[in-house]
Amino acid sequence: MNKTIKGKAFVVGNDIDTDQIIPAEHLVYSLDDPEERQFYGRYALSGVPEKESGLPQGGIPFTPQDKFRSEYKVIIGGKNFGCGSSREHAPFSLQEAGAEAVVATGYARIFYRNAVDGGFIIPYESHDDLVGSISTGDEVEIDGELNIIKNHTTGKSFPLKKLGDVIDIVEAGGIFKYAAKHGMI
Amino acid sequence: MTLTEKILAKAAGRTHVDAGETVWVNVDILMTHDVCGPPTIGIFKREFGENARVWDKNKVVIIPDHYIFTNDKYANRNIDILRAFAADQDLPHYYDVGTERYKGVCHVAMPEEGFTRPGDVLFGTDSHTCTAGAFGQFATGIGNTDAGFILGTGKLWVKVPETMKFIFEGEIPPYIMAKDLILQIIGDIGVDGATYRAMEFAGDGVMNMDMEGRMTLTNMVIEGGGKNGVIEPDEVTFDYVRKRTDYDFTPLYNDPNPKYHSVRRYKSADLQPMVAKPHSPDNKATVTEVRGTRLTRAYIGSCTGGKISDFEAAAKIIKGHQVGVETYVVPATTLVREQLKTTYYDGETLWNIFVQAGAHMGEASCAACLGGPSDTFGRLQHEEICISTTNRNFPGRMGSKKAQVYLASPYTVAASAITGKITDPREYLPVEENVSA
Repeated sequence: MNKTIKGKAFVVGNDIDTDQIIPAEHLVYSLDDPEERQFYGRYALSGVPEKESGLPQGGIPFTPQDKFRSEYKVIIGGKNFGCGSSREHAPFSLQEAGAEAVVATGYARIFYRNAVDGGFIIPYESHDDLVGSISTGDEVEIDGELNIIKNHTTGKSFPLKKLGDVIDIVEAGGIFKYAAKHGMI
Repeated sequence: MTLTEKILAKAAGRTHVDAGETVWVNVDILMTHDVCGPPTIGIFKREFGENARVWDKNKVVIIPDHYIFTNDKYANRNIDILRAFAADQDLPHYYDVGTERYKGVCHVAMPEEGFTRPGDVLFGTDSHTCTAGAFGQFATGIGNTDAGFILGTGKLWVKVPETMKFIFEGEIPPYIMAKDLILQIIGDIGVDGATYRAMEFAGDGVMNMDMEGRMTLTNMVIEGGGKNGVIEPDEVTFDYVRKRTDYDFTPLYNDPNPKYHSVRRYKSADLQPMVAKPHSPDNKATVTEVRGTRLTRAYIGSCTGGKISDFEAAAKIIKGHQVGVETYVVPATTLVREQLKTTYYDGETLWNIFVQAGAHMGEASCAACLGGPSDTFGRLQHEEICISTTNRNFPGRMGSKKAQVYLASPYTVAASAITGKITDPREYLPVEENVSA
């Protein structure tokens, strides 16, 4: 996968469920209306309990509540990222806020699938839990060809797992583009 | 092959599939609701054109249930979008709000309406779609993009999951409910213990349950990270389904000695009333361990805990008592709400038992199970400590991030509602049901 993603990291913990990614009360805005859809960016990750939002410091909002876009491009999580409901609003809200990738040790499968099939963000898996190795605000860079994430703030690099089966869909930009490319629709 | 593998092989037009391979399957039913339906429709129109028709109108089921009784203008607009789409596409299986067709919670309405069919493939834009696996159906939750793809093509790719088998040996003690079994399992394997896998439930402890008990098990496989839950169909299944549809289904079963990821056995007699403590469904404890924990709220409802048998269980304990904390009763569907008024326990309707106990009675919908708009019935607004028959207790799940939620069986929730603290249901169950067989 020939893609580089460079920007600030935002770090959260284990089992970040979809209610923390986008609380249920916000699922009402239109995803098609350009004015309304911005609210998904504003409320992305707003359900994370305050002390766990933006580790290790905590108390850092992913998106300031007077803005629609986040300054963080890469989200770092632990195990089982995106567990809970099937709401596609979850990966969508992260994309709408400006994030391009999540790096976690593992994903709940519906979130993973939604991220890939919708072409919203790239869900990378890390071999090691990076929650203690990267801090919120660190400048990171994901090299999609070498499958590594570099922490420019600390100078350390960490390997990522290859995207595997879904790489064709990720490269195409989602299931519709993939299906069109293969003459399925 | 396992039951799950056989259903997916059939749906893929193959004689054999192996766990781990990716196949394209034909979809028998696509279900959606008011939260994910409108964006699904948006994606369908964007990708297939404004005038595109759905692949098969008889296979699309739309059941608004999440944000129904609210003044939230965006939520109400979502119902309008569903209504217009159903009319435009001439969909026969749309259950409109404000009409006699309105049902309530989709995962309970689906079986009621005969859409949970052994051997078939069901996808739904809701993670608890896995409930339908109780009928020997392959059923799992998907997102809007996948649902939009199905609307246009009737197909979806799926990775064939390995199966984890959970066997309950022996008769289930009378103070134990299906919810105790699944909370025990999730506590044992963790909230990601079954990620990418099927969870099969078996053994006489399971097969002696009615369909509603079985649905409580399969409903919460997603809380273990599972892709689908499944139970081999039997006469109990066929009897339930045939009463509700003429559809000609073909039941499938496990081959003899299929390859499982793992097999875990439980002795039913050893089971204890369980809770999941805040803030995760795998944060298990026995009721004995947390007995006496102070509460401010009790909630009986949802796709997993708002079926008629759940209320029969709760009423058995609550009858003749007053609730000691604010207690909310939310039937899953309009049919369940009717049944509350026509089902008797000890000479009184369930409805009257709850009303006389001082409970608040709600309309059929998902209500506060997932928080919802701020005016949602029963929503946790502040620092409530709630015991609930629902299926999730992640931070903020029932509304406020500051609230705490304990998950438990209808028996345990009812007993705890009376005392205002977590209470063992054996203290309140009628004597004859208090003794383990």
